[in-house]
Amino acid sequence: MSARADEVARYLKRRARWSPLEIAFWIFAFATIWLFPGKYLILKDTAILALFALSLDLILGYAGIISLGQAAFFGLAGYFSGLVAKYGFIDEPVIALVCSGVVAAGLGFVTSFLVLRGSDLTRLMVTLGVSLMLGELANRYSNITGGADGLQGVEIAPVLGLFRFDLFGHNGYVYCLIVLFICFVIARRIIYSPFGLSLRSIKGNNLRAAAIGIPVKWRLVAIYTVAAGFAGIAGALLTQTTAFCSLDVFSFERSADLLLVLIIGGTGYLYGGLIGAVIYKFLQDWIANLTPQYWQFWIGLVLVVIVLIGRERMAGWIGAVRTFFNRLGARFAPRLPALGGAGSEGH
Amino acid sequence: MLTILYDGIAYGMLLFVLACGLSVTLGLMNFINLAHGAFAMAGGYCTVIVVNRFGVPFALGLPIAFLVTALLGGIFERTLYVHVYARSHLDQVLFTIGLVFMAVAAVDYTMGSSQQFVQIPEALQGQFEVAGVGIGKYRLLIIVICGLLTVALQLILAKTRFGSRLRAAVDDQRVARGLGINVGAVFGITFAFGSGLAGLGGALGAEILGLDPTFPLKYMIYFLIVVTVGGTSSITGPFFASILLGIGDVAGKYYVPKLGAFVIYAIMIIVLIWRPQGLFARGAVSR
Repeated sequence: MSARADEVARYLKRRARWSPLEIAFWIFAFATIWLFPGKYLILKDTAILALFALSLDLILGYAGIISLGQAAFFGLAGYFSGLVAKYGFIDEPVIALVCSGVVAAGLGFVTSFLVLRGSDLTRLMVTLGVSLMLGELANRYSNITGGADGLQGVEIAPVLGLFRFDLFGHNGYVYCLIVLFICFVIARRIIYSPFGLSLRSIKGNNLRAAAIGIPVKWRLVAIYTVAAGFAGIAGALLTQTTAFCSLDVFSFERSADLLLVLIIGGTGYLYGGLIGAVIYKFLQDWIANLTPQYWQFWIGLVLVVIVLIGRERMAGWIGAVRTFFNRLGARFAPRLPALGGAGSEGH
Repeated sequence: MLTILYDGIAYGMLLFVLACGLSVTLGLMNFINLAHGAFAMAGGYCTVIVVNRFGVPFALGLPIAFLVTALLGGIFERTLYVHVYARSHLDQVLFTIGLVFMAVAAVDYTMGSSQQFVQIPEALQGQFEVAGVGIGKYRLLIIVICGLLTVALQLILAKTRFGSRLRAAVDDQRVARGLGINVGAVFGITFAFGSGLAGLGGALGAEILGLDPTFPLKYMIYFLIVVTVGGTSSITGPFFASILLGIGDVAGKYYVPKLGAFVIYAIMIIVLIWRPQGLFARGAVSR
């Protein structure tokens, strides 16, 4: 019995090991700091978007909750970090960042109970409704938030008292990238834990998951809260690096774009959001250069085409690429032996 | 006070005509169509073009809007939507959001981003007073048209053969298919008809709701509220939901203008928590 448990533990540990491809990915990500010195602004936006997409992937890709309201957490934490910096409650950006994440997670915890009820449509409506409500509130209390003009006069202190946010965005980008990496590691840890496996089983079939003793409701509450916290950190990063926050952080387009980002990258594996963010930003930049006003049309077209082709089919292509790389990687690293007989990860 | 009620009812009636097509498609195929507002916008712009540019009388502009949008809806249904019915809700949401984005940008490109107005005949402008309540003539027209449409829809649904087929298909698609009902055709016709109604609503509502390229995004949430709160199993549910929403929204904007649509969203969330299947849904419907 315990030997079996040990075997499972060992298997999980091995499964969670960093593959060479992953390490290469992150080395490249950090190398961009020196590789593209003139592109810090778009790189920074990409890093923030990647973190935001990661938060959606946690609930959509791993727990199967469709949300159109992830912007609620993004926006709340964005305003929170802007306000604490403006009025000098918390001067240190890192502490403010963590606090913003906690505030957003708090909202996530409270609203998770609303989201867990009902069908997909109800979930869509409730998540969308929450973010729109927050947007209306921010508009209503314009004496605090600055209303339609946005939150101005935010002064962000140097990170850790050492690194000031410079005009070229160098420090801002490095800061975002480090935060992204830390959050990614945490998310990775969560996903590869038994907790993460239980989420997958809930997504696969929540009745059966409940039948084998997984507390479905509390697992979903937990992951929704964590994801809200990540979204909040992304929002706070945006405010801190731009020293500005406006009402559009709550907009529907932000949540919808986020879905697109995740769909481009692929749901249900951690790099989906990151790769999606890179492709999306690249596309946006490229299309916006061609037709500045109508880039939304092409974004819409991409969405329609992706759905018509079928995400499964595209995932199949990506899967083919991945197996290719895995095979490539297998030459350098020993392959993962399967557990017992039925040890492969279920999809 | 009564004027608010009156305006609210007119607004609610309008919302009902705009959204009832959506409630049927949602109920029938369990399909989440976020692009419904795009058809309403198409109807609005269609009227603007034929009335303002070609000088077609307003009374003729409305049926034209209906027909054009119904045709448009039918074409889209047959060519694009058919492929997406069997997909997951996530795919449906993505697909229809994509359509909305395309529609917004396309209209922006062809018609410009400024707000459009339909030229309404003199006879329909202004208002008169009945017992101290100011009654706008145009709003009265809306109430009359929408009221007649509601009655007609109810009759079609309750009395005709097509109506009973539709109801059968909504209740249980598989059994309906087994009885020889061509569910696909029923759905295509209903979709086209619902789109047409949305187009008519868009044409009528251009004056009240305002018509610009962001229309589908701005009102998407309203249509969805009508459908989710009203439930999808009957026509009376969405009807009462839209009247409630109309009155609530007009009253909310009048009494607490700065809070905007906050009241509406709050009510929606409360209703959805209280009754996730909708306020007027019949008991337990297994889906």
